[in-house]
Amino acid sequence: MLKQPIAALAEKVRSGELAAAELAEASIAAIERDDARLGAYLTRSFDALRARAAELDARRARGDDLGRLAGVPIGVKDALATRGLATTCGSKILVGPRGQRWLPPYDATAVTRLLAEGAVLTGKCNMDEFAMGSSNENSAFFPARNPRDPSRTPGGSSGGSAVSVAAGMTPGALGSDTGGSVRQPAAFTGVVGVKPTYGRVSRYGLVAFASSLDVVSPFARDVRSAALLTEVISGHDPRDSTSAPRPVGAFVAACERSIEGLRIGVPSQYFAAGLAAEVEDSVRRALDAAAKAGATLVPVSLPHTEHAVAVYYVLAAAEASSNLSRFDGVRFGARRDGADLAELYERTRAEGFGPEVERRIILGAYVLSHGYYDAYYLKAQRVRTLLARDFDAAFADVDVIAAPTTPTTAFSLGEKLDDPLTMYLSDVYTLPASLAGLPAMSLPSFDAPPVDGRPSLPVGLQLIARAFDEETMFRAARGVERALEER
Amino acid sequence: MASGYEAVIGLEVHAQLLTRTKLFCGCATSFGDAPNTHVCPVCLGLPGALPVMNAEAARLAVRVAVALGLDVHEESTFERKNYFYPDLPKGYQISQYARPFSTSGHLELETAQGTKRAVIQRVHLEEDAGKSVHGAGGESIVDLNRAGTPLVEIVGEPDLRSPEEASAYLRALRDVLMFVGANDGNLEEGSFRCDANVSVRRPGEPLGTRCEIKNVNSFRFVERAIAFEIARQIELVETGRRVVQETRGWNERDETTYSLRSMEEAHDYRYFPDPDLPPLVLSRELVDRERAALPELPRVKRARYQALGLTPYDAKVLTAHPAIAAWFDDASSAYGGDAKRLANFVQTEALSGVTLRGLGAELPASSTQLADLMKLVDAGTISGKQAKEVYAAIAGTARAPAEIVAERGMAVVSDEAELTRLCERVLADNAKSVESYRAGKTGLFGFFVGAVMKATRGSANPEIVNRVLKRLLG
Repeated sequence: MLKQPIAALAEKVRSGELAAAELAEASIAAIERDDARLGAYLTRSFDALRARAAELDARRARGDDLGRLAGVPIGVKDALATRGLATTCGSKILVGPRGQRWLPPYDATAVTRLLAEGAVLTGKCNMDEFAMGSSNENSAFFPARNPRDPSRTPGGSSGGSAVSVAAGMTPGALGSDTGGSVRQPAAFTGVVGVKPTYGRVSRYGLVAFASSLDVVSPFARDVRSAALLTEVISGHDPRDSTSAPRPVGAFVAACERSIEGLRIGVPSQYFAAGLAAEVEDSVRRALDAAAKAGATLVPVSLPHTEHAVAVYYVLAAAEASSNLSRFDGVRFGARRDGADLAELYERTRAEGFGPEVERRIILGAYVLSHGYYDAYYLKAQRVRTLLARDFDAAFADVDVIAAPTTPTTAFSLGEKLDDPLTMYLSDVYTLPASLAGLPAMSLPSFDAPPVDGRPSLPVGLQLIARAFDEETMFRAARGVERALEER
Repeated sequence: MASGYEAVIGLEVHAQLLTRTKLFCGCATSFGDAPNTHVCPVCLGLPGALPVMNAEAARLAVRVAVALGLDVHEESTFERKNYFYPDLPKGYQISQYARPFSTSGHLELETAQGTKRAVIQRVHLEEDAGKSVHGAGGESIVDLNRAGTPLVEIVGEPDLRSPEEASAYLRALRDVLMFVGANDGNLEEGSFRCDANVSVRRPGEPLGTRCEIKNVNSFRFVERAIAFEIARQIELVETGRRVVQETRGWNERDETTYSLRSMEEAHDYRYFPDPDLPPLVLSRELVDRERAALPELPRVKRARYQALGLTPYDAKVLTAHPAIAAWFDDASSAYGGDAKRLANFVQTEALSGVTLRGLGAELPASSTQLADLMKLVDAGTISGKQAKEVYAAIAGTARAPAEIVAERGMAVVSDEAELTRLCERVLADNAKSVESYRAGKTGLFGFFVGAVMKATRGSANPEIVNRVLKRLLG
């Protein structure tokens, strides 16, 4: 039941064919059945879920319109503030001395918008601590596992949200994508993950990792459901100065437009050394299918792509080092007292943050420090501009760019844990769109064939569009999805 | 300067802008309320909260900049100044650094050598931190009501050469900020705070090593702290030692400065542009509007008062506070008479009853009451002496001076026929004295005047009484 398209489920609840309570119970049952094995949830809010579903059913009985997400269970990444529902951002530093998790006094704007359309929340999804990681193994609590093959990672940092959708626990979920944190887990788990344009969705209530890159981003099982969630959470928010005062496009409607005549750019730099053969094969076959459906494939060049990893790890770390200063043990969360103030800070932060977070804070503080700012931070900003110009030039010729989402399929737990650099390099295809602020998404391509009797693994096809042109992105995505369905 | 040294002083002033709400959230700005009552996720620095610029703060900041003749830049940048302290909730202060919103202005101040023009390097916007209170038992408590209050930092060039000039600079600056309605000028409550950079050198030599004295909270102490610091540095140089660049505090009890932290311990603030805030855009229209709306600045006001016949002292007293100046200006225009007479009356009778509250004041009488009272004197309805009595009666009430005059029968009797009848009666009652007067004892004239005045309880017009008596006795 939970694997149906979101619009269909909401319609059944609105029409009374399906009670919100039944949908909620199905979600609870799926989580209770599978989550001990998969680790998708850090906090379950079943009592609140049942109460809200009952309230929705009562409202429907009174004749209220419940909205476009009526009764649809949604999992929310633990990086988003939820009023009165524990929020840890995957970190022990938001867990107080007596084990109590931080209870935000407010909802993130994206959450408010979901609730306003009748969605119900199942709980808070597992993630890499402070969204720093690509495998969900940096969660301070436990790793999430890939439903297709639980010995493998679901990707990260929004791993729990991806698992919730991929395992059929919820039809949709919210994550956040800073450098690929929604697209990569979507690719690894075989679902759709959408990073809207920077500024399209309010960041208010998203615990900041790298403010100039963070985008609240949804997961769903199919393109049209993802478009619906994107449409609901988009729009200007006066509480986020970086949110764009622009009208939201008709993303769902755009899915119905044919891809005939659409010009799809294929960047050579994304099909280079390091790309696994089975991923390349899958993506090329999907593009061929799109071409058969009437799209035109156009070779394009994004010459600065190779610098994206370096630029990203300078800028994201710099912003993170400052954003995470508020976790100081003074006002909320963990606190370890010391002989003096400096010791209080040192002990609280040393014990509260995991090694990856510490590594990035140190890196970020370094690149901003006196004497190094120009060489690292400023230079990275300049290269960031060059990366954006690459896309501007490419979009002069094409409507959308298609590429693999990741160089490989899901890797095994522990495989890259001791090698942060290799882990960083696995983000190479998702980082450029983040740095350029462009809308990008991952949708399932053909599975990679099974190896040595193990399950076959999903492959993600990434689409990147012009800023604020999510409509063309969804049109292309649905076109590819349709072409793959028809084969 | 002692023993052939010259002091070089530059001041940095932090002034709170008088907005209703904080710089990046909707919490009220306040002073003296219960701790941590004006706070929200934004100014508490809760995870996920984001800043949104207060347009009123931008407007007031522009007003300060144009009042000080600075160039206002159409685009400027907010940056994060990173450091850890319990009263800094986010672990960084949102400030302006590489691209402040205004640069290059000046301030005119009165010194012993005449008017001096000090250069102001920049004025930028930033948020205030909260307040830490350190208890005797070593515990610290934090009040975040102040966190996020809008500040302008006004950075002066090191153009000042003596403690007196420094204090004149601060007074002049405070005057301007108060008269444009941007700041309430309260040093004690910390809404106007000063850091002083001080160095010494022999004239003509390059600048000496400077020390920064932090947070001195009165004009008098600024003067003393700088004087102490100059003497300390000269002493070091004279005895062959070195001035160490450092931050120093002011000890009020001993009236000395002491080392807070050395340069080596100085923070690396790791400034970088705040990714949560787009560039601050201040339109040409806004700047022009604020420039056009600038009220008369205190220096100009004082010059105008002197042109009206007031002494420099009068002008200084009446421009000591914008509410007093406004009161005087309103009364003066409602009155329309001799400004100097009004100024004298205000200073001798009215000023002591004024209670100042921030930029506002509780006034003992309205400008209209004052003007009406002065008009009654000018019209000869009451005497100058009576004016004081009437003022005492109207002060603190909404009553019109004329009401008091009527009620107490104070109006001067100027009816010549009536006064003639009165004088005739007085002369008839004192026939013996009239005889003596006519026999040559002209000194008795005053006695007759006094008797008439007594009979009218002082309300007779003395000129007319004089004339009538002279005629009757002649």
